[in-house]
Amino acid sequence: MLQQGSGWKIAIGLIVALAGAATGQSIKDVEAAAQARGLSTADLLAAAKTFTPSGMKDEYVIFSSGGHSGQVFAIGVPSMRLLRTIAVFTPEPWQGWGYGVGNEILAEGNVNGKPNLWGDTHHPALSETKGEYDGQWLFINDKINARVAVIDLRDFETKQIVKNPLTVSDHGGTFVTPDTEYVIEGGQYAVPFGAKYAPISEYKEKYRGSVTMWKFDRKAGRIDKAQSFAMELPPYWQDLADAGKLASDGFMFLNSLNTEMATGGIQDKQPPFEAGASRNATDYLHIIDWKKAEQVFKDGKVEMIEDFPVIRIQTLIDEGIIYMTPEPRSPHGVDVAPKGDFIVVSGKLDPHVTIYSIDKIKQAIADKKYSSSDEYGIPVLDFDAVVEAQVEVGLGPLHTQFGPDGYAYTSLFLDSAVARWTLGGSYGSGTPEPDWTLAGKTPVNYNVGHLGAAEGDTVSPDGKYLIAFNKWSVDRFLHPGPLLAQNFQLIDISAPGANMPVIYDMPIGMGEPHYAQIIKADKLKPWSVYPEVGWDPHTQAIDPWAPKPKQERIERKDGVVEVYSTAVRSHFNPEHVTVKQGEKVVWRITNIERAVDAIHGFAIPQYNINLSLEPGETAKIEFVADVPGTFPFYCSEFCSALHLEMAGYFMVEPN
Amino acid sequence: MSTAMIDRIVGPRVEPSELSQRTLRYGTPSFLLLTARVLLLVSLFLPYWHMTLHAPQYPDNLHLTAYINSLTGDVAEINGLNHYIGMRPLEEAAQFERSVGVYAMIAMVVLLELAAFIHTKWAALLVIPAILFPGVFLLDLHLWMSHFGQNLDPTAPLSNSIEPFVPPILGEGIIGQFKTVASGGLGFYLACAASVVQIVALYFHRRAYRPLVLAERASVES
Repeated sequence: MLQQGSGWKIAIGLIVALAGAATGQSIKDVEAAAQARGLSTADLLAAAKTFTPSGMKDEYVIFSSGGHSGQVFAIGVPSMRLLRTIAVFTPEPWQGWGYGVGNEILAEGNVNGKPNLWGDTHHPALSETKGEYDGQWLFINDKINARVAVIDLRDFETKQIVKNPLTVSDHGGTFVTPDTEYVIEGGQYAVPFGAKYAPISEYKEKYRGSVTMWKFDRKAGRIDKAQSFAMELPPYWQDLADAGKLASDGFMFLNSLNTEMATGGIQDKQPPFEAGASRNATDYLHIIDWKKAEQVFKDGKVEMIEDFPVIRIQTLIDEGIIYMTPEPRSPHGVDVAPKGDFIVVSGKLDPHVTIYSIDKIKQAIADKKYSSSDEYGIPVLDFDAVVEAQVEVGLGPLHTQFGPDGYAYTSLFLDSAVARWTLGGSYGSGTPEPDWTLAGKTPVNYNVGHLGAAEGDTVSPDGKYLIAFNKWSVDRFLHPGPLLAQNFQLIDISAPGANMPVIYDMPIGMGEPHYAQIIKADKLKPWSVYPEVGWDPHTQAIDPWAPKPKQERIERKDGVVEVYSTAVRSHFNPEHVTVKQGEKVVWRITNIERAVDAIHGFAIPQYNINLSLEPGETAKIEFVADVPGTFPFYCSEFCSALHLEMAGYFMVEPN
Repeated sequence: MSTAMIDRIVGPRVEPSELSQRTLRYGTPSFLLLTARVLLLVSLFLPYWHMTLHAPQYPDNLHLTAYINSLTGDVAEINGLNHYIGMRPLEEAAQFERSVGVYAMIAMVVLLELAAFIHTKWAALLVIPAILFPGVFLLDLHLWMSHFGQNLDPTAPLSNSIEPFVPPILGEGIIGQFKTVASGGLGFYLACAASVVQIVALYFHRRAYRPLVLAERASVES
């Protein structure tokens, strides 16, 4: 039964206003429908906050890592509707990614000349201007192969993949500096640089960690490898990173989980990594002055390793670039507060969040307040000299996001909850609770990893929405066999205090997303169609070779067959293409449509070709016609009433 | 043409003393013809005709706008759709009219200019083209529409499923899933207003100069 209450009335009011008033429906109908489905007042209120009727647009967009899919997911908030998957590191048939378009970009991610066709995307990073999302570019890392991709948010397409020459895996990426000068990529599992072989007995001597600073050329829309550099780090299994901003501008922070330098060996009765790497009570927070490192790189104080400039540990020490300080063991998140003044670290095995002060860090560096140095000679700042506060939030704290009002939010993996706590310092007056205290917790379902708050890692978080990216869903959805969906849970954080209801569950059955960022939708200015007919999305410019209407033709030159085709509802031109077996075919095709959503596919059977051609887009495919036969090609998007008729014959005469 | 003939067409001149005494009488037709000229010249820069095509999959509708010398809007998209029924591309319609439209308009304006100096009934002849112009525009549009609608390519994809048709040039029509709504544009209405002004101008022209013509004729006969 429904209970009377103000929430109920608000919910009814909203729903009636949204859906019913104009059509003569009444509150009674809403009540009856809610009762029939067993919905509570809270459910109706949640529905009123999230239900997005046809045609209404979302207020925010989530850019989520697609986990194993190697993709990025774009999701609307508060509707939690999937708007788009963006193909990145892996072939994706609908977008034709790897089936005729994007092949050259996928090939940029080859390792030793071999394709690596899966990706483990982890941490997307929106480009920033003065520490605010600017909605122009998106970066994402692939943990398994240490790659970074650049996505252009004008067309939501990947434009570049760079493979890290030093490390095999990365986890401390991607994070951008406040004006997107650099994209940070921290390595994870230590290896000899370039994945060279070295026995694990030489771990301390030969194995190394690293952090790479990829220079982003905003005008070119590409990472400029020639202006990029890396820093050698001890083999501590560096984990997450974050760039400083405002008060901490010029610094970056990295944490680490295996300062014990455990080497595992469970098969030989050695302590497994999980035990060996958790032995010490603390690991090291790395504090790096990247602006100084940039200068040292420009001064040429680098060593070329794997053809890549690397600042050695000793140089980092000598130049005063790197410092460490103890942090609770096995940390996961290191997150810089909106004003850049505090750095929040959570040790997974410690119920506190530990908050460091950048002012204290700077003072300790100036005063040389070292408690020790590590095995590689890196000065370790005295913990008590740099810590501002510790707040007990619960079990298994991982990642922290921020609101606009002085609240911080930390995911609690073991508690399966989200903690809201208060920052102190100049944030203190924004919240009713005292500084540095737990304000409330909301259970989530279940095993939460990262959190995403609306613009919650920028200099001006929006509040309003928080999303828990849960690893387990257990009983939340119908079971689609034993491989269960992940669960994105939308939490309303607009009211202060302990009231933070979960208002929507979105199953993600496409991979295991890690982090996601949430940007105000009106900051995005995507194209609805490509600016001009004959547009090459790879160069984001007109392709002078793009086939144009009335210039469709087939040319033969030196054993190469060049086809210039166009696609328009509902035909390709030409419709017959005949070649001889063994001839090379260069097939250019332009979608000459200008109508929004007038997309054509172009698919050739048995040749593994499928293109997605958005209005105006031109593409070029090259292949050798090695299989003789008759191949009806067709438009693989349901483009029009005569879609099935949009076909042609590709005929390969046998030798 | 002899000088006498030109004099007969141009008609009697008004004495300066008479002109200064009765400025309004003689000034009105000239002023009205000037107004008509201005209206017509301004209309050159404004749309003469709009058509909007409504269909479920085009929530923003498709638009066509005709000016004296051009056709703008979603021409490519409409042509793309029209190819299914075998209608020729819209830009092939009224090519001659669009190419000479501006010159014809300037010629009509010059004729109106001349009409202000002619004080006989011949002035009406010079004004008639401009008076008829809006009607001629609509008639021409209608003829092209019927020509296009009635002469569909029999080999087009949907030629079997559509009968030849004439989309209404004003008001609503239905073709396939499209509802067409056509209306005159501001330029067209200015041209119509110019026509009305010219008719009024002719009335005042006759009132001002007819007595002079009659007087002259009487003096010649006597």
